[in-house]
Parts: sequence; structure tokens; C-alpha cells
Amino acid sequence: MESLYLLIPLSAGLILFIVAVFGWAVFGGQFESLEAEAERILTEPSDSLDADQGRRALRSEQSTSP
Amino acid sequence: MSSASLANASRSAPVAESQYSDTAIRLFALAAVLWGVVGMLVGVIIAAQLTWPELNFGISFLSYGRLRPLHTNAVIFAFGGCVLFATAYHVVQRTCQTRLFMPGLAMFTFIGWQLVILAAAITLPLGYTSGKEYAELEWPIDIAIAVVWVSFAVVFFGTIGTRKVRHIYVANWFFGAFILAVALLHIVNSAAIPVSLLKSYSAYAGVQDAMIQWWYGHNAVGFFLTAGFLGMMYYYIPKQAERPVYSYRLSIVHFWALIFTYMWAGPHHLHYTALPDWAQSIGMLFSLILLAPSWGGMINGIMTLSGAWHKLREDPILKFLIVSLSFYGMSTFEGPMMSIKTVNALSHYTDWTVGHVHSGALGWVGLISMGCLYHLIPRMFDRTQMYSVKAIELHFWIATIGIVLYIAAMWIAGVMQGLMWRAVNPDGTLVYTFVESVKATFPYYVIRLLGGVLYLSGMLIMAWNVVMTVRNGRAAPQPIPVVAMAHA
Repeated sequence: MESLYLLIPLSAGLILFIVAVFGWAVFGGQFESLEAEAERILTEPSDSLDADQGRRALRSEQSTSP
Repeated sequence: MSSASLANASRSAPVAESQYSDTAIRLFALAAVLWGVVGMLVGVIIAAQLTWPELNFGISFLSYGRLRPLHTNAVIFAFGGCVLFATAYHVVQRTCQTRLFMPGLAMFTFIGWQLVILAAAITLPLGYTSGKEYAELEWPIDIAIAVVWVSFAVVFFGTIGTRKVRHIYVANWFFGAFILAVALLHIVNSAAIPVSLLKSYSAYAGVQDAMIQWWYGHNAVGFFLTAGFLGMMYYYIPKQAERPVYSYRLSIVHFWALIFTYMWAGPHHLHYTALPDWAQSIGMLFSLILLAPSWGGMINGIMTLSGAWHKLREDPILKFLIVSLSFYGMSTFEGPMMSIKTVNALSHYTDWTVGHVHSGALGWVGLISMGCLYHLIPRMFDRTQMYSVKAIELHFWIATIGIVLYIAAMWIAGVMQGLMWRAVNPDGTLVYTFVESVKATFPYYVIRLLGGVLYLSGMLIMAWNVVMTVRNGRAAPQPIPVVAMAHA
């Protein structure tokens, strides 16, 4: 079971790193206004496409998020 | 660049600054389709060889033992890998509203990854293997993988670091965790002492090596085949359904719970082996707990269609995406069940394990990849949709029927094998010889082969559709929309 001498410290370090990242996210405002963030990928234009194909292509470039 | 100067920039500064960098995405997406066909073809060949061993032809580099790792590496790392590279580079740019960090390095990851794939395609059939499942490639290729992977991390996290939007969309958390975890897993598990150019010995031995191998193996499933593809799911399902994620809050909880729990599930591959009982129990326990975050993610994805279920009728891409989540739910229920020691005592070493793997691989990974590529590829070639939507629909049904045939055949075969192997006479002798169980499995191998042929056929239809789409499209540069407020 000598591999545990590697695996356990590695896991502990990893957990510390994960906790640090989570802490940064919480205190860095990553979890503010979540509903707006969920909508953002739909309202922000992501791919402009050839309008000649006869279907709605690019959402208006003026409609950036408020 | 501030949003104010961006408008002026398009007139005077280099145009490249205000455009997304999509070349690597196009290349990876097309490569994914190619490797999907190749990997599934090898799968069909080895399925045929298990059914009719004469098909080994007595040729070493065409024998089952040599081709099986070629199949697994091709479908996981070549097909799955290229899908993940393409979608990660696409999603991170679109959600961060910024150009890819170091696009030249992204091109390097493309070329490097294809060279790794080619090296695998040559060395594996020639018999160069470390013998570690899903980590068979010998040490020089392992080093190349590490170099490409570090580059991938630099490009991805660099793009996040230079984002124009403060919030990091949930999909990017999944991609980020996948990239970091795979780096850790690969480097630790592939540690080896080389003795010649294509021969090395694992840095670990015995049951310790087994533990590290299956910590790696299960987290390859959990991070490479799950977290990365969940990242895709959280972007492309909302985009295709034109509805936001059902519960964005849940997606965050899902992420943290999943990445924590997955790391512990590995020992469920080693039940009733020399691995200590307490380690086996931890693996079983965390595998069972894993059911909760997995189903949380599945429900979140499927319920995104709440209020828009009718779209499933008309849109075959949504069929791919949503049905993939059903298979994901099935597999993440089946997996915990098979992690229970008493269940595992029956299922281990049988074809039930193969059925479980393929329900996850064909059902979840395959279908979500296809759905995402059908969304992504036209947009990368300035089209609103694929050349033939009917062909997408046909592909969906052929693939789904193929999956069902495959896994049903393997379930029956697997349980039958488990029962036959443990059947004892009153005097304690075995009822069946091993070869009798092999003989009894034959019809299920035929059905499985048929399922695989159907799945491959679906992939060939996709390849045709992709070629036609690209021929009718163009690789147009895409402008980055100005972010009105950077939410400082």
C-alpha cells in the first residue's frame, strides 16, 4: 500500500486547491445574478452566419446585453 | 481592447483582433468525424473477430489483442478528444467574448494531437503496449501527450484569463476541471522507467499499480468522458433549444459535487481482488453517492426543454442531445449498481461490463458528440444548418437502434456468463466449463456486431453530411461582438 504515500498527499493538495478555487469563485462574485448569466449565452450573438441562406442568421449586433 | 476603441479598431488596427480564432476548431471538428469512423470501424472489426475468430487471419497486427486497444484509444482519445478540443475552443471563446489565447499554440495542439493519434495507430498494432488499459501508449507518446495537454491548458485558461465577461459560464468550469484532472491522471499513471525507445516498466507494481491504474481508468471516464462532455452539454443544449439551462444554480452544485465524488470511485474496478477491503468499500460507497450529482446534471439538461418539448419532434439535433442524456442517466444508474460488491461479484469480467461501457460510450458520449458537432460544424462554415437535416434524423434512429441492440445483447450475455461461471453442483464442482460459456455467448456476439454495424453506418451518414456541408460552406471569419458593459 506504499502508493498511498503518494496518493493521500496528492489528494490532500488537490482538495486544498479545489477549496481555494471555490473560495475565489464565491468571493469573486462568480455566483451573482445567475439567471442573467444563464440567459447571456442566448442573447449575446455568438456566431454570425450568411443571411442569404434565408433563415434568421446573426442576431442584431446592437442587441448586446444590458 | 476596451469596447469604445473596438469600433475604431476594425477600421485601423489589424482585423484579426476583433475576430474569433476558429481554424483549430474547424480542423478538430472534421478530424473528430474522421476518427469516429475509423475508431468505430475498428470496433466492428474486433466485434466480428470475437464472433468469428478466424478473422484474426493469423496476422499479428490484425489480431484482436492488438486491435482492441487501437479501438479504445481511437474512439476515446482520437474521436472523443478531437470533439473536446473543438468544442472547448469554441465554447470558451463564445462565452468569454474574446479571441482564443495564443491561436498558434491552439494549432500546435491540433497538429500534436494528430501526431499522437498516428503514433498510436502505428505502435499499437505492432504490439508496443504498456499493458495499462486506456493508457497503453508507450512512454515517448505519453510525453508527447503531456506536452500537447499543457499547451491545451495554456490556451484554454489563457482565454479565460483574458475574458471580456466577468462571469465564467458553467460549461467552462467543466472543461477546466476536465483539462486539469486529465493532466494529473495522465502524468501520475503513465509514470514509467524506460528501458528502450518503445519499452518501459510502470513506476508502480502489483496491487499498488492496479489501484493507480483504476484511479486513472475510472477518472478517465469521469473527467475525460463525462466532465468534458457535460461542459459541452451545458452550452450546446441551451443554444440548440434556445432556452437557458433549467437551473443554473443546480449546474454549479452539480459541478462541485461531481468533481469531488468521481475521484474516489476507482476501486470499484477491483472488487474481490487483492486490493484491501476498505479501499474497495470506499470505491463502492462513493460510486453510489455519485448517482446523485450525475442525475442532477441529467435532469438539469433534459428539463432545459421544459416548455419546449415540441422542439424534440422537429429537431433531430435536439433528439441527439436529449437522448444522450437519457443514456447518461441509464449509465450513471447502472454504474453505481455494478459498483455494489455483491452485484459486481456477478458482473465482473463478463460482457455486462462491456454493455455498460458501450451504453455510456455510444449512448452518452457518442450521441452528445454527434449532436454538438451537428450544431457546431455548419456554424463554422457559415451555414445555419447541416446540408441535410433528414440525414441527421436518419442517423439518429439508426444509431439509437444500434445502441439498443448492442447493450441488450451484452446484458443478456453478461448475466448469463456470470450465472454460468458461478453455478456449482451439490458436490461443489463447477457445472459448466469456461468454453461452454463462450459457446453460449455466440448469438449475442452476432447481435452486438449488428448493433455496432448500425452505429458505424450512422457515423458514415454523418461523414457524408459533413462533407456536403463543408463543400457548400466557407470558412468565414467571425467578428467578436462588442461587450457593452464588462461588468467591472
